[in-house]
Amino acid sequence: MEWFLQQLINGLALGSIYALIALGYTMVYGVLRFINFAHSDVLMLGAFSAYYVAPAIEKVLPLPSVLGALVIILISTLICAGIGMLIEFLAYRPLRNRPKLTVLITAIGVSLFIEFTCQHKSVFGADTKPFPQLLPATDFHVLGLIISSNDLLVVFITAILLTALWFIVQRTKMGTAMRAVSFNQQAAALMGVNINKIISFTFGLGSALAAIAGILYALKAPGIEPLMGVQPGLRAFVAAVLGGIGNLPGAALGGLLLGLLETFAGGISGLSNYRDGIAFAILILILLFKPAGLLGKATIEKV
Amino acid sequence: MKSADGAKRWLLVGIALAVVASYFTPQFNRYYLGIAIDCGINIILAVSLNLINGHTGQFSLGHAGFMAVGGYTAAKFSLVFEAMVPDSLKPLLFVAALTLGGLIAALAGLGVGVPSLRLKGDYLAIVTLGFGEIIRVVVQNMESVGAASGLKNIPKWTTLGWTFALAAITIYAVASLVNSTYGRGFIAVSDDEVAASSMGINPVRYKVTAFVTGAFFAGIAGGLYAHHKQFLSPTGFDFLKSIDIVVMVILGGMGRTAGVVIAAIILTLLPEFLRQFADYRMIIYSLLIIGLMMARPQGLFTLSFKKKGAASV
Repeated sequence: MEWFLQQLINGLALGSIYALIALGYTMVYGVLRFINFAHSDVLMLGAFSAYYVAPAIEKVLPLPSVLGALVIILISTLICAGIGMLIEFLAYRPLRNRPKLTVLITAIGVSLFIEFTCQHKSVFGADTKPFPQLLPATDFHVLGLIISSNDLLVVFITAILLTALWFIVQRTKMGTAMRAVSFNQQAAALMGVNINKIISFTFGLGSALAAIAGILYALKAPGIEPLMGVQPGLRAFVAAVLGGIGNLPGAALGGLLLGLLETFAGGISGLSNYRDGIAFAILILILLFKPAGLLGKATIEKV
Repeated sequence: MKSADGAKRWLLVGIALAVVASYFTPQFNRYYLGIAIDCGINIILAVSLNLINGHTGQFSLGHAGFMAVGGYTAAKFSLVFEAMVPDSLKPLLFVAALTLGGLIAALAGLGVGVPSLRLKGDYLAIVTLGFGEIIRVVVQNMESVGAASGLKNIPKWTTLGWTFALAAITIYAVASLVNSTYGRGFIAVSDDEVAASSMGINPVRYKVTAFVTGAFFAGIAGGLYAHHKQFLSPTGFDFLKSIDIVVMVILGGMGRTAGVVIAAIILTLLPEFLRQFADYRMIIYSLLIIGLMMARPQGLFTLSFKKKGAASV
């Protein structure tokens, strides 16, 4: 029972991070219908922005502290939102009406470009860097369970962000336009929606979430390096498909489920070595039996 | 596109060249010889992926996975039977190892081909990517093939002659398959699946055939690679290797066999020429992919501007 609860807590924390990343994939897929491979690299850039911003902030605000951490997260989020919009503007916008495959391969190219540029010794370098302690960390011992304050914070922040995102998408004018674009781009354009602006905004929003996820991930990871985004990025994509790609609650649900499954599988001795493969095995099973995902609507192809 | 006769001529020329080349092999510089063999292996990989991604219009990102299956199978087979077979029969053992590797890879291709019945475009891409990753994870945990530390001391049986003869056979097999009456179905499936099936073509069967055939040759390439490098490690077959092969196909022009062969050779030689810029090599490479997609998505060696190059998804 204790083991179960402990894994549940760890799984929720991991799943929350996957959920944040998955939301970015799913939003972009919603408006542009392609997998933004570079999303996982924006996550990495988020962690690195925090790494480089932290020393500057430390001169003004004490670290580790909640206020300092918030300022750092805010600045990194803005940087990454900018990077996300820039990627869209430079790489994807010129290809807007091309075949999907062309855009997909470009996305892979952009992802490789960011990874290799960051690995270069005059940028970040390929070595692992220790991530600064942004928040005062304590472990709570409750009922024989060890709950780290970081894990609690991750779940808490994710809950706030999900609510905020729900508000933006459902209750603001921008969100309504986003939904309109993802529903039917041409019709939305005819109704006076500025498509380019909305797509830019979507990329910014998704990248901002990825940046926060990257920082939260870095807080739990032993260190940061330019390829740190690849694995969580792939898993989060699986999460997005699991929940039904293009579906926001689905992405959150998929992320949580995947985090839990992985943590539980990692806790079972025979399966723990295969942990990396689990996400993909789930992906293949989901696509075989329910290609639209858990919450997605099945589409009928019309000729 | 070449006619079947043209393909046969290419096969004969290729095999003749391979025989001549293997006669002169001892006089070649070992470094150049190694690169030439790399070229041959990459030609097999690119041409076989071209059947899946180019001719049939599917999108596989897991070709390195098939290569890994074939490579590991062939290498393990050779390692087990090497001691039992007299020297004179070694070439036969090599052929047996390569064939077995190809067959097991083809079986894996069947496993991936079946999900592809339901999936299209980027979904299929991500499933094949996932398949490649699963293969890597499984290999990493299999003690019998060296797990994460890799499989060592594989006999060095791959020669220039073998590589180019097999490359010629691959080109011949793929070209004559696609140019046959049956093979027109691949192109029909790639052009318009719905229209093709209304004409009595079974898209599912063609897709699976493409995956199985492509995987078979990728497996053979894996076996050649194993007996060339004499060492296999799971990291050698990661996502990046699959991307490499995909880029060869795109650069050459999807569905253009000759272009793909040229692209495979160029992309094998390019890293060697860029050796002094080793730090920037991969950055240049990724920019090449982006630039290619922006400027010429139909491939560098596609002369006509027919919409063939950018297969619709």
